[in-house]
Amino acid sequence: MTFMKKLYGAAATLALTAGAAMADPALIYDLGGKFDKSFNEAAYGGAERFVSETGGSYKDFEITSEAQREQALRRFAESGFNPIVTTGFSWASVFEAVAPDYPDTKFVTIDGFVDPAKHPNVLSILFAEHEGSYLVGMMAAQASKTGTVSFVGGMDIPLIRKFACGYAQGAKAVNPDVTVISNMTGTTPAAWNDPVKGSELTKAQKAQGSDVVFAAAGGTGLGVLQTAADEGILSVGVDSNQNYLQPGSVLTSMLKRVDVAVFDSMSAGSDLETGVKALGLAQEGVGYAMDDNNAALVSEDMVAVIEAAKAKIIAGELSVHDYTSDDTCPVLDF
Amino acid sequence: MDFLTLLQVLDSTVRLATPLLLACMAGLFSERAGVFDIGLEGKMLFAAFSAGAVAYVTGSAWLGLIAAIAGSVLFALIHGLASITFRGNQLISGVAINFLASGLTVLIAQNWFKQGGRTPSVFSGGRFEEITLPFAETLGSVPIFGPIYADLISGHAILVYIAFAVVPISAFVLYKTRFGLRLRAVGEAPDAVDTAGISVVRLRYTAVIICGVLCGIAGAYLAIGLQAGFVREMTAGRGFIALAALIFANWRPWYAMGTCLLFGLLQAVALRYQNIDLGGITLPVQLMDALPYILTVILLAGFVGKPQPPRAGGEAYVKER
Repeated sequence: MTFMKKLYGAAATLALTAGAAMADPALIYDLGGKFDKSFNEAAYGGAERFVSETGGSYKDFEITSEAQREQALRRFAESGFNPIVTTGFSWASVFEAVAPDYPDTKFVTIDGFVDPAKHPNVLSILFAEHEGSYLVGMMAAQASKTGTVSFVGGMDIPLIRKFACGYAQGAKAVNPDVTVISNMTGTTPAAWNDPVKGSELTKAQKAQGSDVVFAAAGGTGLGVLQTAADEGILSVGVDSNQNYLQPGSVLTSMLKRVDVAVFDSMSAGSDLETGVKALGLAQEGVGYAMDDNNAALVSEDMVAVIEAAKAKIIAGELSVHDYTSDDTCPVLDF
Repeated sequence: MDFLTLLQVLDSTVRLATPLLLACMAGLFSERAGVFDIGLEGKMLFAAFSAGAVAYVTGSAWLGLIAAIAGSVLFALIHGLASITFRGNQLISGVAINFLASGLTVLIAQNWFKQGGRTPSVFSGGRFEEITLPFAETLGSVPIFGPIYADLISGHAILVYIAFAVVPISAFVLYKTRFGLRLRAVGEAPDAVDTAGISVVRLRYTAVIICGVLCGIAGAYLAIGLQAGFVREMTAGRGFIALAALIFANWRPWYAMGTCLLFGLLQAVALRYQNIDLGGITLPVQLMDALPYILTVILLAGFVGKPQPPRAGGEAYVKER
């Protein structure tokens, strides 16, 4: 018995010292999963770049249910990981419960917003998705032959409406007469993984005249891109560069440089500056993707128009309305 | 709504109703034999994965379909083993099937293809293409009937036609054959069937296997009929809507088809119109999504008709000594 006690004691001490010695960063993905070809995979890319460029190491974890959020976060915090980076807007409320218990650990939420006054150890990284969506909206309206473009959102949340609103504004900026159709897949998290519904929405939008579909819908978007390719219309990918998924049919992708955000946070280590950081066009946090797969679809004139608008946005001469600032969109009804 | 839009919505209805219909008929066989099955969702999901994976590797849609059926039947047999042979609780076994499928598909897909729990995109040969029925083009110019035939009836994957053929076949088998009589009897009064010297266990296993085959076709349709590969959790609750449809249809084949088409129509309308304006009142799209469940609850509460589930449903048969 005493021997066992000693053994347990030794094991516990070992575990504690091991924990204290570690100040590796950790990365926790959202429900979409690590390899979603999109948002979470971009985060993974950033973490891998951290490993290859700095020689550091990190631990990551994929949650499979809502209940695991707090569990996972506490486990990583207790094991001494610092900083702990999470992807997805749903983490914000969990941070409010967990962050005060670990004042020495730095937390990063990408897409979530946590009040920095109340939680000084949390960094909220937000993207100006409306600006990136604005640019792809401009490209969509230029590529459209029918004068109708459309949007397929995943779950109906303000963040996704922000994409839709920016997209519609961009499209209208190029062609004031353009019709923008906007549909949301659903109101539950299942809406992120329903490619069949994505396909049906795409077919319905095509029937209403749309010939460019922008999908901001996670796994549902794969169905949208597939159907757009089958039906011979164009699509726009999201978050990561998705041009390669259906070469010749994906017009471009609205890039959200989650990888840069993850890389920067991990590189800063425990010296990370907390607060709120907004990454827009000026910080290269958002953008649009150009590569061999879509080179034939995008003309130089189109790029010139978009680059001009981009420069204006960066210079502050042009401001794109952000849906989340007042929960309204001047050019689109939801 | 003009005629063309109506046709497009109905066309979408047929595509959305097909997986529901197949899953619903699968549940019908199983439950009519006295084995409740809330694992339709899991079986469909596993079938979708098998179809996507095998169709990608072999490049053949038919091999994908066979794999889907095999995978789904395997899960059906697990359900059968737990609830018929070992007389376990059928609901719990069904829930376990759903969890198992949800985890296993992603795990195998990730290990096999390393694409984050989905299968790579299947190319043309591995998918069930939309087939054009004979004379669709010549008849297309005939007013009213032409477009209905050319757009609505023609131009679906072959699995859709199989699904709609399953309904009359099931009705015939259940009500006009000796096997069907026994199958229904085993769900109502298994002791009577046993007294007549017919094996309850064998009949129930047969029903469960038929259920597996139909769920397999449903999963294959999702993965390689409508889509070009498997994506995690791609069934998105369709197995549960099929279950609701089964209850709504009072466990009868023709009514099941009607209900599935109704539920498919609700989905199609919800996808086409985000909000429906009914002269002053706006119906939010969420209501359309929830309507199948609301209707089922209303039916179960006894406001409309009376649900008559198989009397011995949910109970394992224990021979008296």
